[in-house]
Amino acid sequence: MAGSADSAPIVHISGVDKVFAGREGGRTTALSAIDLDIRPGEFVSLIGPSGCGKSTLLRVIGDLVQPTRGSVQVNGKSAEQARRDRDYGMVFQAPVLFDWRSVEDNVKLPLEILGKDKAWRAKRAKEMLELVELGEFTKHMPYQLSGGMQQRVAIARALSFEPRILLMDEPFGALDEMTRERMNDEVLRIWGQTGTTVVFVTHSIPEAVYLSSRVVVMSARPGRITRVVDIDLPRPRSDASRETPRYFELITEVREALRAGGGDVDDAGTPSAARTLAEGAVG
Amino acid sequence: MTAGPARNEIHLLERELELELEAAQPRIPRLKLRRPVAFVLLVALILVAWEGAKLLGGTPWHAPGAGPGAPVIWNPPFRWTFANDLNLPHVWNIAYAMGQPFQRGADETLLQYLVFAALYTWREAALGFLLGSLLGLGLATFFVHSRLAERAFVPYVIASQTVPIIALAPLIVFAMGQGVLAVVVIATYLTFFPVTIAMLRGLRSFDPRALELLRSYGASRSGVYTKLRLPASVPYLFTALKIAATASIVGAIIGEDTGAIQQGLGRVITTFNQYYATGPEKLWAAIFIAALLGVTFFLIVRLTEIVALRNRQSIDA
Repeated sequence: MAGSADSAPIVHISGVDKVFAGREGGRTTALSAIDLDIRPGEFVSLIGPSGCGKSTLLRVIGDLVQPTRGSVQVNGKSAEQARRDRDYGMVFQAPVLFDWRSVEDNVKLPLEILGKDKAWRAKRAKEMLELVELGEFTKHMPYQLSGGMQQRVAIARALSFEPRILLMDEPFGALDEMTRERMNDEVLRIWGQTGTTVVFVTHSIPEAVYLSSRVVVMSARPGRITRVVDIDLPRPRSDASRETPRYFELITEVREALRAGGGDVDDAGTPSAARTLAEGAVG
Repeated sequence: MTAGPARNEIHLLERELELELEAAQPRIPRLKLRRPVAFVLLVALILVAWEGAKLLGGTPWHAPGAGPGAPVIWNPPFRWTFANDLNLPHVWNIAYAMGQPFQRGADETLLQYLVFAALYTWREAALGFLLGSLLGLGLATFFVHSRLAERAFVPYVIASQTVPIIALAPLIVFAMGQGVLAVVVIATYLTFFPVTIAMLRGLRSFDPRALELLRSYGASRSGVYTKLRLPASVPYLFTALKIAATASIVGAIIGEDTGAIQQGLGRVITTFNQYYATGPEKLWAAIFIAALLGVTFFLIVRLTEIVALRNRQSIDA
C-alpha cells in the first residue's frame, strides 16, 4: 500500500515556476507556483490537458529540466544530486530501446553506466526481465518485440538499478486499450513488489484513477495544480475495482476537477498533440 | 468488462501470434540476387556497346594477338577515330595482353604484374584509409563536443577538399620526402573528409530521448559517447567508409605517381601512358585492374557493414 500520510516526503516541490523563452522573445509559463509533496511508496499521477506542463513537471523532478524559480528536494537532496545518485528511473511514452542492443543488453545499459560488474549485470537483467514476464526473450532484438513488450523492456531497464523513484511519462499512451489495461495491472504488480515511488503522467482519467494513490489535477496556461484527489479505492486493485461505484465517483470527481480548471481531457485517454507540444517545449 | 480469464487468453493468443511472426522471419537474410544480376547485365551492356562501336567504325579486325599483317577478319563499314585500335582496343586484345609478359623478356605476365602492383597500392591505400578514418572520427568527435571548434574549423575542412589533389600532392611529397609515407599521407588526405562530414551527422543522429535517459542514469560525456553517440553513428560511418575506400585508392595512385614510387599502380599507369602508342591494351588493362581494386575495397567495406549491422533494424516510436 501507499505510504502513510505522516511519513516525510520523498519529493518536496515548493514554489516551482518554469518559464520557457519563446522563439520571438515571447515567454511561455509552463509551470506556475507548483507545490507538491510525494510520500515514499506513493503512486502519484499527474493529469491535465495539453500544455498543462505535466511532462515538464516530471522532468523538473527528474532534473532533466531546470526550474526557473523554486526548489525540488528529493530525499532531502537537490534534484541534481538525486539524479547523480541514480534515484530516478525514467520511462517515456516510446520505449526508447537502443536498437543495436538485445533486450537483455538494453536492460543492462544503466548498470554498465553505473559500473556494476558483469556477473551482477547478467543476474539483474535476468531478474528484471522475469519480473516483466519477458524471461524467454532476453536474446531477442527490440524490433522482434511488440509495442507492449518493448515498453515492458523499458520498465525492466528503469527498475534494473533499483531507483527510489520511477518517473513515467505517458508510458502506455501509444498502446491499444487492451494492452494498456494489462500493462496497468503489470505496473501495479511491480509497484507492489518493489515498493518504488511512482510519478505517472497520463492523459487518461480511468488510468489515473485505477493506478494511483493520489491524482494531481493540473490546468494549462499557466500550468498549475488545481486539485489533488485522494484515491481511496482498496488495494489490491483488479478488474473488479473498475466496476465499483466508488471508481466511477472518483472518475467523475477528477473529470469535474479538470473541467473546473478549463481543461478538456479525453476520457478514453487517447494521446493527442499534447505530447508533441510538451516535447517541443522541453527541447 | 472483460473478465480476468478471457483477458489472459487474449494475452496468450497475442504472445503466440508474436512468436509465430517471429519464427516466420528468416534468421539468415536471403541472398539478394537482383543487384548482382543487374551488375552483370550492365557490364555485358558496356561490352556490347564497346565492341559494337568497333564493329561499325573501328580498325579492320584481326585475330586476337595477331600482328598488323595478319588476315583481316572483319572490315567495319565506317572509320571512327574514337573507335580505332589505338583509342579503343578490342576487349579480347586487352584480355590477351594480360596473359602476355608485361614487357619484352619478362617472366611475369601483365596480369601478374598488375595484381602485384595493385596489392602494393592497396597496402598504402589501406593505411591511408585507416589513418584518414581515425582522423575523421577524431575531428568529428571533437566538433560535436564543441560548437565553437565546429564553427571555427569545419569551413577549413571543407576548403581543404577544394584544393586539387594534383596540386597538393607535390607539396606533400616535398615536405615528407619521396617515399611511401607521402603516399599514405595523400591517401589519408582524401579519406578523412567523407568520414568527418558523415560522422558530424552520425554522432548527432541519436534519439534525444535516449540522451535524457542516459542523463537520468547520471552518465558522463564519455558514457554518452560510447553508449549512445558512437553506436548510433555506425550506419553513417559505413556510408562514409565506402566512399573513403575508393577515395583512398585514388589518393594512393596519384601519390605514387607524384612521389616517384617505383612500384604500385600509379607508376604502372604513368609508364604505360608513356608507351601508349605501342601498347594501348596495357594501359587499359591497368585501368581495369585499378577499377577492380577500388571495387574490391568497396565490397570488403560493404560486407563488413552487412555483418556489423545484421542485427540492427530500427524501431519506430
